Amino acid sequence: MKRRDVDGIIGFWILRLCVAAVFAILIIILYDITSKGIGKINWQFLTAMPRNGMTEGGIFPAIIGTVLVTIITAVLAIPLGMGCAIYLNEYAGDTLITRIIRISIRNLSGVPSIVYGLFGVILFVQLMNLGTCVLSAGLTLGLMTLPWTITASEEALKNVPNSYREGALALGATKWQSIRTNVLPYSIPGMLTGTILGLSRAAGETAPILFTGAAFFLPHLPKSLFSQFMALPYHLYIMSTQHHAISRVRPIAYGTALVLIALVFAMNLVAVVVRYRLRRIKME
Amino acid sequence: MTNRTKINDTIVKNIFLLNGVLVVAVLIGIFVLLVLTSIPAFREIRLGQFLFSASWNPTANFVAPSYGILSMVVSTFMVSIGALIIAIPLGIGTAAYLSDVASQRVREIAKPVIEILAGIPSVVIGFLGIVMVGPFIAKVFHLPNGLNALNGSILLAVMALPTIISLSEDALKSVPKSYQEASLALGATHWQTVIKVKLPAALSGIIAATMLGMGRAVGETMTVLMATGCSIAMPKGFLNSVQTMTASIAIELGEVPYNTTHYYALFGIGLVLFTITFTINMVADIVLRKYQRVSK
Repeated sequence: MKRRDVDGIIGFWILRLCVAAVFAILIIILYDITSKGIGKINWQFLTAMPRNGMTEGGIFPAIIGTVLVTIITAVLAIPLGMGCAIYLNEYAGDTLITRIIRISIRNLSGVPSIVYGLFGVILFVQLMNLGTCVLSAGLTLGLMTLPWTITASEEALKNVPNSYREGALALGATKWQSIRTNVLPYSIPGMLTGTILGLSRAAGETAPILFTGAAFFLPHLPKSLFSQFMALPYHLYIMSTQHHAISRVRPIAYGTALVLIALVFAMNLVAVVVRYRLRRIKME
Repeated sequence: MTNRTKINDTIVKNIFLLNGVLVVAVLIGIFVLLVLTSIPAFREIRLGQFLFSASWNPTANFVAPSYGILSMVVSTFMVSIGALIIAIPLGIGTAAYLSDVASQRVREIAKPVIEILAGIPSVVIGFLGIVMVGPFIAKVFHLPNGLNALNGSILLAVMALPTIISLSEDALKSVPKSYQEASLALGATHWQTVIKVKLPAALSGIIAATMLGMGRAVGETMTVLMATGCSIAMPKGFLNSVQTMTASIAIELGEVPYNTTHYYALFGIGLVLFTITFTINMVADIVLRKYQRVSK
């Protein structure tokens, strides 16, 4: 065998090892969290308030808090993201403004999450005087999610064939009428898929809500949009670093991590199902 | 077409335009508010001292408080570069395998694996740094605990991998097929073609991918906050505890009263962080655009 053949065999095995390592990382992460967290999961853990300085009881308020803040995120990010995507894909030409908007989107998606947190503290908590609350946190997460929603929505709009638009325009429809009747109905499932993926990332974020509304411990659920709230990711952070009896609450931390991952994956699954159904409709 | 529908149409268009402008406003707003909020800090702190002194002690009681962020900046880059040293070979190797060697089936399995890896919340990765990676490092290096820069680098590598893999794979896939065919026709082996033709041709895309991975690593908060031990000092090595810029903001902002010099100084750190990630992303963006134009 020639040397270059040996090189190739060794080389491809090194590449195989790289892939195996990446697969192994994911398997180890999921196995560790699931095997150590599953024992904690029961109805009471999911539906009870924390008790005895959070050493017993459940994580119900953290689950509700995360759901609530994600809903606020969605309310801000979905319409704004879709609107911006519609402008970019349907109206905008290759103008200076369009280019600036695109550069801004790409840069916003690279802004560190803690910087969004700082921005939220000044804008929502202080300038708008909302205080640290679930609304401030949701709006902060909403802004962070915006670039992802826009990119995903634009991708969905691009998939609608141009003939759909031209057909409507040829029949005398205005631009907006053609978008409303011939473009949006076909792109909304795709937009939703991308948006839900973005929201699932927002639901798992901790840094932006640290100072905008997440609470260490609350004995009750948030009463209004202006109350502080408990959130799963923040709760996991507290339980693994800040709690006074860290080793005793380790099972709770594992349980919280498992619930958080399950929630994120459930949202991803919904997105995948939406995408799958969309494909089927297209084929019919 | 009636006049009313025409007017409606213009209104709708402008609403969407406004929407687009809002995105620009958010980016500018972040920058402006960070600048405005950190300005008061520099009434008391000299800029040179802030950037180039390694002594950070804002709560000193008997001596004058000091606000030097150099050790945090160095820690941030140390942990991030450590992460890249792990993630670049692993990521590019994986991307090369997936784009040039793997069967369709392996590719179909790999796609969701990488997506799921990218979807794991950073706080969960940080948690694993405490319960899994930390004890492992402590055992291997005989340390009292494993919360140090190495731990942070390993975790950040995991977080940067999906970005590096998927962007490098895109770069490799967009190398024109003719390059590969020419190389094979000249008698090069499959391996030589991958290493000596495809990787160099995709290099600028791969560089952009690693830069975006770097941007993510520099800005990541929760994992480094939980796993690096958080002690402010000039780092001596990867087995020392360090505290990054992001971790300092996360730890201290919750404890300082609003509108004090310390509070403003934390926004100053935020501004430095924003500037660094903005620059990294802009350069990556330029590299990426340039290379996309060339490959078109």
